[in-house]
Amino acid sequence: MWAWLLRRIGQIIPTLIILSFMIFGLQQLMPGDPALILAGEERGDPLVLQQIREELKLDRPIVEQYLYWVGNVVQGDFGFSWRIRMPVTDLILQKLPVTIQLATMSFIIAIIIGVPLGILSAVKRDTATDWAANGIALFGISTPNFWLGIMMILLFSVELGWLPPSGYVPLWEDPVQSLATTIMPAFVLGTGVASVLMRHTRAAMLTALSQDYIRTARAKGVSEKSVIRRHALRNALIPVVTLGTIEFGRLLAGAVLTEQIFTIPGFGKLVVDAVFNRDYPVVQGVVLATALIFVLLSLIADILYMAINPRLRQA
Amino acid sequence: MIRKTLAMGLVALAALSAAPAAQAQNIRIGLREDPDILDPTLARTFVGRIVFAGLCDKLFDINEKLEIVPQLATGYRWEDPQSLLITIRQGVKFHDGDTMTAESVVYSLTRHLTMQGSFRRGEINSMTSAEVVDPQTVRVRLREPFAPFVSQLTDRAGMIVSPRAAEAAGRNFGNRPVCAGPMRFVERIAQDRIVLERFPEYWDASRIHINRVTYLPIPDNTVRLANLQSGSLELVQTIEPDDLRQVNRNSRLRVSVSDELGYQGITINVGNGARAQTPMGQDPRVRRAFELAIDRAAINQVVYEGQYTPTAQAVPPSNPYHARSITAPARDVARARALLAEAGVRTPVQVEMTIPNNPDLRQVGEVIQAMVREAGFELRLNAMEFASSLQAATRGEFETYLLAWSGRADPDGNIFTFIHSQGPQNDGKYSNPEVDRLIAAARVESDQARRAALYEQMWRARAQDLGLIYLWHRKNIVGHTTRLTGFVPVPDGLIRLQGMRLN
Repeated sequence: MWAWLLRRIGQIIPTLIILSFMIFGLQQLMPGDPALILAGEERGDPLVLQQIREELKLDRPIVEQYLYWVGNVVQGDFGFSWRIRMPVTDLILQKLPVTIQLATMSFIIAIIIGVPLGILSAVKRDTATDWAANGIALFGISTPNFWLGIMMILLFSVELGWLPPSGYVPLWEDPVQSLATTIMPAFVLGTGVASVLMRHTRAAMLTALSQDYIRTARAKGVSEKSVIRRHALRNALIPVVTLGTIEFGRLLAGAVLTEQIFTIPGFGKLVVDAVFNRDYPVVQGVVLATALIFVLLSLIADILYMAINPRLRQA
Repeated sequence: MIRKTLAMGLVALAALSAAPAAQAQNIRIGLREDPDILDPTLARTFVGRIVFAGLCDKLFDINEKLEIVPQLATGYRWEDPQSLLITIRQGVKFHDGDTMTAESVVYSLTRHLTMQGSFRRGEINSMTSAEVVDPQTVRVRLREPFAPFVSQLTDRAGMIVSPRAAEAAGRNFGNRPVCAGPMRFVERIAQDRIVLERFPEYWDASRIHINRVTYLPIPDNTVRLANLQSGSLELVQTIEPDDLRQVNRNSRLRVSVSDELGYQGITINVGNGARAQTPMGQDPRVRRAFELAIDRAAINQVVYEGQYTPTAQAVPPSNPYHARSITAPARDVARARALLAEAGVRTPVQVEMTIPNNPDLRQVGEVIQAMVREAGFELRLNAMEFASSLQAATRGEFETYLLAWSGRADPDGNIFTFIHSQGPQNDGKYSNPEVDRLIAAARVESDQARRAALYEQMWRARAQDLGLIYLWHRKNIVGHTTRLTGFVPVPDGLIRLQGMRLN
């Protein structure tokens, strides 16, 4: 098993190298000259453009630009934002706690809603409860985040005045206010993920409940509660865990629209603004950091499988 | 059931938190986007200027009538058309405690002119040197007479930074700017907030009643407005014209509407590469027909609730250089058709218009499309993300381009750059020797009446071959709570903290 783990970790390095190629290469395909954007209202002055290109090494061959970037990244230096001149590392570290908090809250909301609903609708298959649960899931999937977000702001902030409409307060500064500023975006994001989790939990539970070992368990006289909890759910959870980690990774990658609506200064907003401003170092840094998070999460998912399913440990 | 529980949870949470009331004299201002670097030499965004209005004073300022008024300078005098004497206010302190001297002024002007990557160079490149005459006076020498020079010092090029802090921080000065404005820098969290606090030693401290300002970038119009309505902001930089009615109905909010300095227009590619080789690009009659097919007032009514001011020049009515005699032609489809016939082009004339991808501009494009169709144009709309559209324009990859300019107090800043043949943002490569001559003459004319007459003549000359169709002047629509008093709208759209107070 240790050999497997080492091999698994060894795979991460080539993955990251390929990723760095792709991040850098795809960016070159983006239309819009960064020097022109940075020059703003001075864009007509060739001297200004040339100066910007020189300073940012935009006048060098792409391979040289790439090696320069990778060389710095390996030493932990992600460069600085072209637009606001702050180090990208600082920006990432500033945004990461925000995004982690939002993602965790959304994920908790998603699990609280999604998994029990999924189990319930599988156990009560084809009853009114099942349909109601499916209805809720359908609503969650098909409601656009920006719409739900604006509706919530109008209701809870403008009409009722209960919650601040947007912005963010760090958890360690004022925990109550921090929860107040993130609960609406977390709910908006959480309901979307909850629907996906619900549908998958339901499907996995239905498969599990139709297995032979369930029939055996029931025949042995095991209580229905125990059949569902110990026998069916444990097996059904494996695909749900996989999906859960992917969804959690997506939440960590930043929720562009939701962050934009609620003005949450997280990863999503950082990367979108950077793309529109052609702030390449920020785009590269954030995408690489996000990719790293994904890779680590999938590693964690694999380790979790082993914990849940002893059969895999022998493999 | 679960939703109900959650809803109840929300209620409980809300009861616990009940958004803290703004404490005395702390105001929160909603901005349309996150400013770029807060270094007056390197900065380039409009929203950044709003923050600078609290942070960095300038040698001169402009007032609501666009007159130049003293700020860190107490006055100026032209020794001759190429030599400007500026008298410096005494006893001004920077945020780091240093005293502003004539040397600091020379340092800042030189920094703006020579620092690598300076965005101020273009504004003051007629300056050759600055020197200390005596502790109260600085002399600026110009390469050639340039009437708008003092006006350039009413914006970032006139901001004086603390030389000690600027030398120490170098290119990172913007992460902790040290100036001589009413507020000093506290912190900045990118895309979240910029916080400034009252600077007790400010030279004009008696006019500052605000203790703390927090600037919050909130890009979504609806959300920014919701923040104002719910009391989470005291002031917002812009309200969309179609939200005006809603705000006016709210007795706790007030809006202040003023002309902006710039304009919205359609740039036509008449000489920038192959895409200029179209009937629109080559024949002035076709361009005039296009203009005659457009009803500016109707578009303004449909898209902007009639808030904007239709125009046929680059300078708004609030500016003393606005030419009253130059008015937008009324829509005349028959005349437009006649012009097309006279030009002998095959109708429908194919035209493409590049539009930055904003909802209101797309709507403007659609209305224009419908209007010009009746006159014999087939207009294709090409909505493009803003950065890409700028690049396309510079490279000449466009036929017509719907582009706005935020505007400058001095008319030259709205004119030379765009329609002089040497203008750095003359994307359509419009060139008319008579127009060039008049613009150049106005640049060196210091008498206001004579200068205004030159511009009026220039507009007439230009109307014959139209490289740019001016559409309207937009408005700065600022909204604030009625608790806030003392806000004075100035056409530059900046939010000056002087005199502002929360009741």
